Amino acid sequence: MKFFRNIKKYNGYALYVAMAELKSEVAASYLNWIWWILEPLLTMIIYVIVFGYIFEAYEEKYTVFLFIGILMWNFFSGVIKSSIAVVKSNQSIISRVYVPKYILLVCIMYQYACKFGFGMLVEFIMLIVFRVKFNFGMLLAIPFLMGFFMFTFGLASILIHFGVYIYDLTYVIGIVLNFVMFLSGVFYSIEGRIPGLYGRVAGRVNPVAYYIASLRNILIYDVRPSFFWFFIWCIVSVVLSAIGVWLVHKNENNYAKVI
Amino acid sequence: MVSIKVENLVIKYKTLNSTSIQRNFFQKRKKRYTYTAVDDISFEVKKGEIFGLTGRNGSGKSTLLRAIGGMLAPDSGKVDLMGQSVSLLAIGVGFKMEMTGRENIYIAGLLLGFKQKEIKEKEQEIVDFAELGEFIDMPVRTYSSGMYSRLGFAITATLETDILLIDEVLSVGDERFRQKSYDKMKQLITNKEKTVIICAHNRTILEELCERVLWMEKGKIVKVGNVKEVMDEYEEYMHR
Repeated sequence: MKFFRNIKKYNGYALYVAMAELKSEVAASYLNWIWWILEPLLTMIIYVIVFGYIFEAYEEKYTVFLFIGILMWNFFSGVIKSSIAVVKSNQSIISRVYVPKYILLVCIMYQYACKFGFGMLVEFIMLIVFRVKFNFGMLLAIPFLMGFFMFTFGLASILIHFGVYIYDLTYVIGIVLNFVMFLSGVFYSIEGRIPGLYGRVAGRVNPVAYYIASLRNILIYDVRPSFFWFFIWCIVSVVLSAIGVWLVHKNENNYAKVI
Repeated sequence: MVSIKVENLVIKYKTLNSTSIQRNFFQKRKKRYTYTAVDDISFEVKKGEIFGLTGRNGSGKSTLLRAIGGMLAPDSGKVDLMGQSVSLLAIGVGFKMEMTGRENIYIAGLLLGFKQKEIKEKEQEIVDFAELGEFIDMPVRTYSSGMYSRLGFAITATLETDILLIDEVLSVGDERFRQKSYDKMKQLITNKEKTVIICAHNRTILEELCERVLWMEKGKIVKVGNVKEVMDEYEEYMHR
């Protein structure tokens, strides 16, 4: 399929661009890449103080619990927000050379995935500090993270297209993301807080909530996540990606006329 | 042998197309203002030919060039490049300021669709041509504007495609480098394997480089043919 050939062809480009963007983000700062660790770490400390002590969160091993949630949320919301404006921010490239526009999304994903990777290193160190026993079940985190990335790509690829035509989308998505953050259990366990059926539904029909909860179950509590829902969300992600890539592919050469 | 075939090409810009929710809800839909930049144009370019485009500003030359380069989709009609690779000679496309000159050779090359291996083969040639000395391993943000465009030119001129599109003949760098880049460009485009389309106003340049010229006005073809004939008529029209 053409999509996979293009990904292969431009993969090197996407990696270089991600590297360049990461470099330029920290180039002028004193602490450089240490910020990628420090930023989520400090955010976590604030939340631990606010939710852990003031609101007395009772989730077990709250610090690691919170940190993985923040990392995954930062990845998701970062990619979604950038994808809306990605065509406009690359205007100078688009008007002078043909490049499949979803490649620009791949660049963004690499960039955030790299930050996510840094955060995961810290998470693992914290798992050791908090005496979580390592086991083979933790390898499940890999396919689950893949699923999570795939879902993010699917949603973002559709947003690339609409972001070109609808200016207000930046605001709308900003507000929606704010709400979704609270629905996704970044600082609390949805199934623990909302009892009974509602909690179970809320934790599964929202893919972000589902993936965050699953990762916690895998890494912290050694509990098997629901494979049924994993399967469902993988299929949904493939469908979303297919729609997004098709939309972008069909319309991409009209983008240059609008921006 | 035909290298580029343009058939009944139409390209429209929709100026009100980028819409907002407020505009859609609270106003009656205005009739969208569409502007036809290229209006039903057909022509063919032979392989190895150097083809000129001329016409006053806003006549649709650049739009036509971008449609041939695959950056704009036709609203109707089509462009057939017979499966050849194409690029627009442009300076510093996709350059990343924090990366070194050498890394930017790869970034720009990969963006143009070349393979890592192909770029590696040409890397030294680009470095030599750009004459940046040790600056090649410094971040591009430290470059002067002359150095920046020299590197940009060296990349697009060295990584060759079957079809080359040139929008306004480039003059970069100081007097000496300008002569060098002009010579390089001449050498590039006189290659018999390469098909070239040049946009220009300058009669001397067109006469020196091109075999045939297409004169556009308001998106339509006024005249195609021998450089001298077309340019005589064009100049007469412009001075009237």
